[in-house]
Amino acid sequence: MLTISPSPHMHSGESVKKLMFGVIIALMPAFIVSVIYYGIGALIITVTAMLSCAIFEYLIQRFILKKQLSLTDGSALVTGMLLAFCLPANLPVWLVVLGSLIAIGIGKMSFGGLGNNPFNPALVGRVVLFVSFPVKMTSYPDPLQKWFNYTDAVTGATPLSIVKEGIRNQDSIPDIMARVPDYLDLFLGKIGGSSGEVAAIALLLGLIYMLARKIITIHIPLSIILTVTVFTGILWILDPVKYADPLFHLLSGGLLLGAIFMATDYVTSPMNPNGMWIYGIGIGIITVLIRVFGAYPEGVQFAILTMNAFVPLINKYFKPTRFGEKPINE
Amino acid sequence: MYKTFHKGGVHPAENKLTAESGIIDLPVPALVTIPVTQHIGAPARVVVKKGDNVKTGQIIGQGEGFVSSNIHSSVTGTVSKIEKFIDSSGYNRLAVEIETSDDEWVENIDLCKELIREITLPRPELLKKIQEAGIAGMGGATFPTHVKMFLPQGKTVDHLLVNGAECEPYLTSDHVLMLEKGEEILTGITIAMQVLGVTNAVIGIEKNKINAIGYLESHAAKYNGISIQGLKVKYPQGSEKQLVKSILKREVPSGGLPSDVGAVVFNVGTMFAIYEAVQKNKPLIDRIVTVTGRSLRSPSNFRVRIGTHMADLIKAAGGLPENTGKVIGGGPMMGKALNSLDVPVTKGTSGLLILEEKESRRKPIMNCIRCSKCVSVCPMGLEPYLLMILAERRFCELIEDCHIGDCMECGSCSYICPANRPLLDYIRLGKARLRELKRKKKEN
Repeated sequence: MLTISPSPHMHSGESVKKLMFGVIIALMPAFIVSVIYYGIGALIITVTAMLSCAIFEYLIQRFILKKQLSLTDGSALVTGMLLAFCLPANLPVWLVVLGSLIAIGIGKMSFGGLGNNPFNPALVGRVVLFVSFPVKMTSYPDPLQKWFNYTDAVTGATPLSIVKEGIRNQDSIPDIMARVPDYLDLFLGKIGGSSGEVAAIALLLGLIYMLARKIITIHIPLSIILTVTVFTGILWILDPVKYADPLFHLLSGGLLLGAIFMATDYVTSPMNPNGMWIYGIGIGIITVLIRVFGAYPEGVQFAILTMNAFVPLINKYFKPTRFGEKPINE
Repeated sequence: MYKTFHKGGVHPAENKLTAESGIIDLPVPALVTIPVTQHIGAPARVVVKKGDNVKTGQIIGQGEGFVSSNIHSSVTGTVSKIEKFIDSSGYNRLAVEIETSDDEWVENIDLCKELIREITLPRPELLKKIQEAGIAGMGGATFPTHVKMFLPQGKTVDHLLVNGAECEPYLTSDHVLMLEKGEEILTGITIAMQVLGVTNAVIGIEKNKINAIGYLESHAAKYNGISIQGLKVKYPQGSEKQLVKSILKREVPSGGLPSDVGAVVFNVGTMFAIYEAVQKNKPLIDRIVTVTGRSLRSPSNFRVRIGTHMADLIKAAGGLPENTGKVIGGGPMMGKALNSLDVPVTKGTSGLLILEEKESRRKPIMNCIRCSKCVSVCPMGLEPYLLMILAERRFCELIEDCHIGDCMECGSCSYICPANRPLLDYIRLGKARLRELKRKKKEN
């Protein structure tokens, strides 16, 4: 008996599982750095988030949706890991579990599971926690304390909140910058912040890995980074006493984690390079607007969720450049 | 400097198992089935009757209408049946079955292997020879060559491009032909240049055939205006529009033909057939077919008489392996799966691929994860995921606005999809539904 099927008769061997585990590998450098800086707390919240995301996905598919299980594709683990990366490492376990339930239950499964959710599930989880438990979600542990410090870790301000606070007190940027860790510490992540967002170098390693494996393309991270650089650069040139420089904006807060791992989430980002540019520019602009002119010190999470909402429109109005679209060119 | 096109494309495992093996002449089989439709266009009119004795090279089907092609007997023997047979496309089509006897060729065919470089005939005679020989595009599209050479009014062509890219994995029929019949191909190109009245010809060859590039380059100097262009290995570079883009950096407009940007594209196999038709008076009655597959005992490149059954080819390559799941006429990306081995080789058959059972099964379909890989590999810049959704939900009018007509069915989207979605299947369905809609509109 010969099998009959239409062409092509060959497959690349690429699979959702391989892509998702590729993302997890790309997240490993940031994970290792978080454990070095924040000790057992980072380990606890990451493992808790990954496990509870997987368990909630299983339970919801098995008992509520009663459909085929898709747990093996690894996407719940990616969501869990990303969620943990944007939480403070001293967050109690029950809040991490609650965040996972919101991320998977509301962010993902309520829309029909992988492929159907309009918003990045990990960010949905984080934002709900952020709005509901503002104090716990903004008291970040200082790096390099005793390894076994978890919820009892000493907390401090993040570079972005130091700047926001300083501006509020009408200090000048050069004065504020003297209180902020230097660029090398920012680059290496030796600062306060969410567990996985701090080390620029680890996140960039992850980016290089994902580009080499062709898991993502450069369009989204690059457009976000360029937009933030240009926008904050203009402000900085106009008034360096009032506005921080672009390098500070790039290296602080969740910008790189967001640009590299959150905004590039397949399901919630545009489907072609032209759309990706628009989306990335939008995220960059909203991030800077919130950071510089808004009430919160950090705006990446809201910027990405806002642009997630625009993705269907972007897909509709920004189409890929077709072959032979232009009449005739020599 | 190796060139390529830059929009989309994939690089499947090359699997060119037969690149090192030369051309083997397959013995004339006991029975051949020669379809009268081996080309795009009108079927040829059968000019023999049951019981007739025919010689090798004798015309048995007369091309009818403007777009059609002559069909010749590839063997000597007796016409045993003229009826409908299933061909490799799966359709029931009229064919002439001939039981073979001792090989006896029509007198004026020159069987001597000696190379004839000098072209003596005037231009109209050349075109007539090509038409009489029944040549159709041998890369697989099988568009009648003499029709393609007849340029529409107002179109001027400055470049003849010869397709030696052979971007389909596994296939090596063009590769070995370039190595063994390089000068014949160059002479064929010179003939085609004279017919078309162009002074530049470029042979595009992917760099996994580096020896063919070297061999043709070493001989091209003897021929005026022919150059060789090495290309990076990328699928679907053998597609006309992609090849024009790779070599000339010109982009054929949507819905247009290469002649819209001053180029015309032919396959190297077609050039060899032109050489044989003009210099040797030989009609197109045989071709090179790569018989390949990892499970096959001796994958080979055979010179095969048109009409030979696939079963004979497989027997010559060591027999059908136990664990065979799929037999494909053509390459793995665009070839057609056969449901029977008793279908004949035709003018467009470039290969026969045997896939093992485990390679033949498709993996379970998952939700689209919107990774946009299908969009990024589409060489035409389309949105396969969207076309699939629209086809599935019968949004036929929207599907036309999404330029489904530009799709050449290269299969890069289905090949890359990590969720194993049958994108191309649904795009074909969408095309069919669009045709149906247009027909209904016309009727109303």
